[in-house]
Amino acid sequence: MKKNLKTKVSVKDLNLYYGDNQALHGITMAIYENQITALIGPSGCGKSTFLRCLNRMNDLINSVRIEGDIVIDRKNIYDRDVDEVAVRKRVGMVFQQPNPFPKSIYENVAYAPLKHGIVKKGPACDELVEKSLIQAGLWNEVKDKLSEPGTSLSGGQQQRLCIARTIAVQPDVILMDEPTSALDPISTEKIEALMLELKKDYTIIIVTHNMQQAGRIADMTAFFHMGDLIEYDDTETIFINPTLKKTEDYITGRYG
Amino acid sequence: MNTSKNNTAQADKGGKPSARNNPFCDPTLKSRHVRSKLFKLFTFLSITFAISFLLFFLGDMIIKGLPAFKQTYIEVDVTYNDKTIKSTRRAIDKKYRKVVSRAWLRNIPRLVEQNPALMGTTQPAWVLANSQVDQYLKGHHYKLKDKYRKLIDTMNQDGKVEMRFNKNFFTHGDSKIPENSGFKSAIVGSVLTLIVTMVVAFPLGVMTAVYLEEFADDNRWTQLIEVNINNLAAIPSILFGLLGLAVFINLFGMPRSSPLVGGLTLALMTLPIIIVSSRAALRSVPDSIRQAGYGLGLTRVQVVQDHVLPLAFPGIMTGSIIGLAQAMGETAPLIIIGMIAFIPDTPGSIFEAATVMPAQIFTWAGMPERAYIERTAAGIMVLISILITLNALAIYLRKKFEVKW
Ligand SMILES: Nc1ncnc2c1ncn2[C@@H]1O[C@H](COP(=O)(O)OP(=O)(O)OP(=O)(O)O)[C@@H](O)[C@H]1O
Ligand SMILES: [Mg+2]
Repeated sequence: MKKNLKTKVSVKDLNLYYGDNQALHGITMAIYENQITALIGPSGCGKSTFLRCLNRMNDLINSVRIEGDIVIDRKNIYDRDVDEVAVRKRVGMVFQQPNPFPKSIYENVAYAPLKHGIVKKGPACDELVEKSLIQAGLWNEVKDKLSEPGTSLSGGQQQRLCIARTIAVQPDVILMDEPTSALDPISTEKIEALMLELKKDYTIIIVTHNMQQAGRIADMTAFFHMGDLIEYDDTETIFINPTLKKTEDYITGRYG
Repeated sequence: MNTSKNNTAQADKGGKPSARNNPFCDPTLKSRHVRSKLFKLFTFLSITFAISFLLFFLGDMIIKGLPAFKQTYIEVDVTYNDKTIKSTRRAIDKKYRKVVSRAWLRNIPRLVEQNPALMGTTQPAWVLANSQVDQYLKGHHYKLKDKYRKLIDTMNQDGKVEMRFNKNFFTHGDSKIPENSGFKSAIVGSVLTLIVTMVVAFPLGVMTAVYLEEFADDNRWTQLIEVNINNLAAIPSILFGLLGLAVFINLFGMPRSSPLVGGLTLALMTLPIIIVSSRAALRSVPDSIRQAGYGLGLTRVQVVQDHVLPLAFPGIMTGSIIGLAQAMGETAPLIIIGMIAFIPDTPGSIFEAATVMPAQIFTWAGMPERAYIERTAAGIMVLISILITLNALAIYLRKKFEVKW
């Protein structure tokens, strides 16, 4: 494993149950700051479930029960004195289907920072919107139509709008659950380039079914299978020289 | 594969030259097409049937009701002096007394009060005619002696009879004198009642729906509540009237026959409609919007208030307007709480005795005089126009505010 990297998120013995059904078995891993970590594995292996633990989105599902620790910046986010809403502000999320609010492009980006009190209405807010859209690589395409509905954009633009909306809240960590699986290759390329840009400022964790994508952008890759973390290492090691047979079989497409 | 080969073989034996070289030949198709045509015909017939019933009903109402919007006036000399103010019959020449409306005569003192210059004079005036005269002129059944018929005929030739727009229908309340009775107190009563209904049922219904859809866990309690709400929607409306009588009037001592009690009773009935339709509207808001909100670290209230409710709003409005329209047509529970009473005066507040449009229609429908039958139909026309307007409004709102994805 890579040395001299700072651990941003540290997961320890994480078990998750949907009712009686255990979906994650004792996951332990460290996610490093300013790196892109890819989660791969066959469908239903618990990648999304794991990702949603990192910003406590699973709290919204009644049947879920969680054991174990997830420590971000030396604080266990499942501690009693931690509010899940505050966790989600610092750990943003981008979903598989672009889901902009049916409001204007401007409001899409400005809404959450205004609610969090990061900025006040006015020039400061305009500036934040502009900065976020520039960072998301969308500014040039939308700067003349900020008052048009976000839903009027193309799928790829919508996804970048969702990324802009997420970084406007100024999180530390960004979770992405198959963010390009609903997009065409050109939009995908743009978003991949964007992620490589964003990792300078953020820690990014991405779920993907696309091996090439993981290979192209991820620094670290974790292979999940049936709720277990099978192998976690440098992307290169995982793809070229995996320790376990199971990982190799999956990577080379023998199952999954 | 097999069957198609068989089919062509059969067709060949049948000797139809067109089928021989046609790989698309399927002899079962013909009867299948016939059947689908028949089915289409049946569906078409049933809708024609339904529409013709509706048109027949509407046409009948309009034919019966339209004459009620015209009313006969006749020109006669009226004497204004001390005597005639005391005994208003005498203001008019004896031979006309049986053809003018008593209601108009009653009004003489007020006319003099408004215009003191009239005092001590005799002047021709257009006077509201008796309902029998009105019905005679409209060509309906009448009870008018030959003497008066001749009188009216000659007056008609002299241009002293006129059909005017029946203003009274919209400016008067109910009356025992048919030509004087109007729909106003019922319209105002309905408006007051429905205001109470909406003020109570809309916020309660929407809030309940928001709680059940957005906040409540799905457990036994909420399931029980849900079942009960659905049951509430199925309870016969007359029982709500009994409930209103027992609770609002007998227990809380609210004024009988008042729009307050009527409105509260109708609110109980409308509540389930609003709750059910609001829940459906909330449920139709895609979950991805909620996820997006929570993912940004918004609280539940922020997500619901700023993102979910605005999207659900057109659906909520549509449901509420339909509930309102239903409440407007409701009669049975209001009869129980006394809103069927004879109400000549227009209610000034929600605490005064009032009647509502359908109850007024019900009252008039039971009257023997032809003039009331006419008014029944006219009242139905007014009620239905308002209902159609409300439904059109619901459709308009839905179309206007619907968010396109
Ligand atoms: N809300 C839920 N309630 C109950 N079980 C769930 C729920 N969500 C997921 N599961 C179960 O948890 C397991 C892991 O699901 P998860 O969605 O995390 O898989 P995934 O790796 O993201 O798959 P995919 O690649 O198809 O998205 C599955 O067996 C699934 O059936
Ligand atoms: Mg998934």
